[in-house]
Amino acid sequence: MAETYAPRDADETRAFLAWAMAEEKPVEVIGQGSKRAIGRPVQAELTLDLSGLSGITLYEPEELVLSARAGTPVAEIEAAVAARGQELAFEPMDYGPVLGTAPGLGTIGGLLATNLAGPRRISKGAARDHVLGIKAVSGRGEAFKSGGRVVKNVTGYDLARGLSGSWGTLAVLTEVTFKVLPRAEACETILLPGLDDRRAIAALAAAMGSSTEVSGAAHLPADAAVAIGGAAGGAVGRNGQSATIVRLEGVPVSIAHRADSLSRLLAPFGRVERLGGAESEPLWRAVRDVAAFTPDRAPGTVLWRVSVAPGEGPSVVAAMAKAVPGSRAYYDWQGGLVWLCLPAAPTGTGAAVPEAGVGPVRRAVAAAGGGHATLIRADAATRAAVPVFEPQPAPLAALAERLKAQFDPKGILNPGRMA
Amino acid sequence: MTALRMPEPDAGVFARRAEIVRRLGEIVPGEGVIADARGLAPYESDGVTVYAQAPLVVVLPETVEQVSRVLAYCHQEGIKVVPRGAGTSLSGGALPLADGVLMSMMKFNRVLDIDFPNRCAVVQPGVTNLGITRAVEHEGFYYAPDPSSQIACSIGGNVAENSGGVHCLKYGLTTNNVLGVEMVLMDGTVLRIGGKHLDSPGYDLMGLIVGSEGLLGVVTEVTVRILRAPETARAVLVGFNSSEAGGQTVADIIAAGIIPGGMEMMDRPAIHAAEDFVHAGYPRDAEALLIVELDGPAAEVSHLIERVAEIARGNGCVDLRVSNSDAERLVFWAGRKAAFPAVGRISPDYLCMDGTIPRKELPHVLARMRAMGEHYGLRCANVFHAGDGNLHPLILFDANVPGELDKAEAFGADILRLCVEVGGCLTGEHGVGVEKRDLMPAMFDEIDLAHQIRVKCAFDPKQLLNPGKVFPQLHRCAELGRLHVQRGALPHPDIPRF
Repeated sequence: MAETYAPRDADETRAFLAWAMAEEKPVEVIGQGSKRAIGRPVQAELTLDLSGLSGITLYEPEELVLSARAGTPVAEIEAAVAARGQELAFEPMDYGPVLGTAPGLGTIGGLLATNLAGPRRISKGAARDHVLGIKAVSGRGEAFKSGGRVVKNVTGYDLARGLSGSWGTLAVLTEVTFKVLPRAEACETILLPGLDDRRAIAALAAAMGSSTEVSGAAHLPADAAVAIGGAAGGAVGRNGQSATIVRLEGVPVSIAHRADSLSRLLAPFGRVERLGGAESEPLWRAVRDVAAFTPDRAPGTVLWRVSVAPGEGPSVVAAMAKAVPGSRAYYDWQGGLVWLCLPAAPTGTGAAVPEAGVGPVRRAVAAAGGGHATLIRADAATRAAVPVFEPQPAPLAALAERLKAQFDPKGILNPGRMA
Repeated sequence: MTALRMPEPDAGVFARRAEIVRRLGEIVPGEGVIADARGLAPYESDGVTVYAQAPLVVVLPETVEQVSRVLAYCHQEGIKVVPRGAGTSLSGGALPLADGVLMSMMKFNRVLDIDFPNRCAVVQPGVTNLGITRAVEHEGFYYAPDPSSQIACSIGGNVAENSGGVHCLKYGLTTNNVLGVEMVLMDGTVLRIGGKHLDSPGYDLMGLIVGSEGLLGVVTEVTVRILRAPETARAVLVGFNSSEAGGQTVADIIAAGIIPGGMEMMDRPAIHAAEDFVHAGYPRDAEALLIVELDGPAAEVSHLIERVAEIARGNGCVDLRVSNSDAERLVFWAGRKAAFPAVGRISPDYLCMDGTIPRKELPHVLARMRAMGEHYGLRCANVFHAGDGNLHPLILFDANVPGELDKAEAFGADILRLCVEVGGCLTGEHGVGVEKRDLMPAMFDEIDLAHQIRVKCAFDPKQLLNPGKVFPQLHRCAELGRLHVQRGALPHPDIPRF
């Protein structure tokens, strides 16, 4: 069992990392540990627990800016901004349910380090698009800052974005500053039942290509629609039909107008239904948090997160259906995000897939013109045996290695995590 | 030309000039190499004309292979390279080096792929910002970031500078609108990062490359996100008796949950200069003018325009007009968009600054700037991207009056230090370049800067690409790499552990 250090401030964090670097002791970096089961398991002598670096340090609603120590719970931040009618507009997903751990956990530092997003990724971006500044300690044991608290800032290199999605392998965040935005007053969903995947993705492209300011575009094949409808309640998945859903948010007068034009636009795709706000909110949360493929709804499975060009989503799913009997999937981001659920243990319908299906998944992504697939849920042995993140072409991998060597020359930070 | 410390020219490179020109001519045959004094002259400056320097030679590659071979050759021979797009930089980012090859990317001017279903366009870096919109507008689409130089500036330059524009608060900067790039490293390696999909499987290299000011690599292809143009746009033009009232209106609009497509403010000197130039009907007696543009579905825009007008009235505005046609909306904008040339008419020269401040600091910063202007004996007009706090003070001076340029530069530096002091930054969208390079320590300490340079070292360890820009001092990567290793006990023995 690794020894855990829990510094109380940024300077203790710096001192600890300077010492760990000098002693060349590898460190696993955690906040609340909510995403610890993603990625290659880290073999480290020490654990650095940042949950003690907690608290909002600045929140100015009129300036649309919030700073917090890296270990601050996301839930605390979401509650604070919600009280002022604001939100983190990139709608960060909660990995808890799909990893089979407690929901509602995670820190703001972990959120940036894993570049969280949600259905609004296609309209508002991800964590990387909303971060304004960071303070961090690199694997050299040196504290540095980048960015600031204003939206428009090109002063020096954008290390805040550079650290987003780096899974704690370049530096340990100690404080982060985000842009916050007003929460939409209302929300409505357009539902097209019964479309097949290709037709559905065409409908979503038409919706996204319109001027109706769509903020969510997902397609749930029948079994995913039933599961997500079961989790969220409401009309989705009723009658066992697939559900193609499009979200509109804003002021009510605007939503009514846009819902009318969107219904007209999508009429050629068949029957169009409209779901109100009360039904929409749990629905999109279930889509965001992959409620269709939680361990209890999809036992004995592994879960992949695939990002490709939106129009290519169905080709990935079709290829996987052929390669791996019993594979299931649904689409977010207009088709560009595919949650792919493969049998990990023998089931009634087929055999277990060796190595979490890594071979067929990588081939399907490559055949779709490129993108990336990340193994989100699998047992530790499998995650240790297969490359969890999409392997990069040699020149890019070499560049990433040079960057790692610059920021963490002794390789002490989360060794192997992104391998 | 003002005195500017640049990296020490390499005498050995000068001595080999003829050989270098010959070798470049082999890689880029035909008219791809410019070496005569008259041909080099147009490349001496970018948008910051107070700095000028003829390059060693100009090369205009046409293919990725040529870019790669030129860079590999220069890398091997230890020759510096300065990449250049349209040359509209407002920070001297494309200022040539006497001993450096200037690589112009303007022959990379083709739109390669327009993909409406996936809402993206693949273009070469020399395509202009507006050129992308022109290529997609027949289907009702556009490219959102709109720097005021958008007719001329290239998308490659936009990537280098992380260019903004007036619509950033709602639609983001270049970094939020680029999906992929192909780029060539200084050693000639060709990389493809991103594409038509979202996010990256490894480190967010795109985040580092956008805004790196041509120091990390030469971009040879860009995939950008395109958007369907809003159904409608309308603007409100509001005059106030004080910048405080204008600033409060901006704060109240945002507090009401409204994110306008654009929100611009001008002070009295800027209002007068613009009005005299384009006769947009701006109120001459106002101390502050606010243009708020709402875009989106017509029903929403009408609704929000009313709310904005109410907020402005609540703050005691002295003049308020709502555009009732697109023509009228464009008239509202005409003065703002012509603010720089308008100021150019009332002063022989001006310096355009580019700091960002927290919005609420505006009245305080304007007051301090007035005091500074009195101290230096120079006038200053202000245009302000009020939505995102990006301030463009225009310092008026006459370069023919001895000492005035120095005074203007000192005034500008004081303004930027003030921006940092109140919680803002040195540059919001123009870049650091050479112009703000030596002010970087006002915002970053040595360790901060060292971590930025470490990125440079990962991409270009020999530091041959665009040296002398962004960083006040370039340490050799090997020296920068020294670790401060202190073995022994953990210095904070009381850190909680379990």
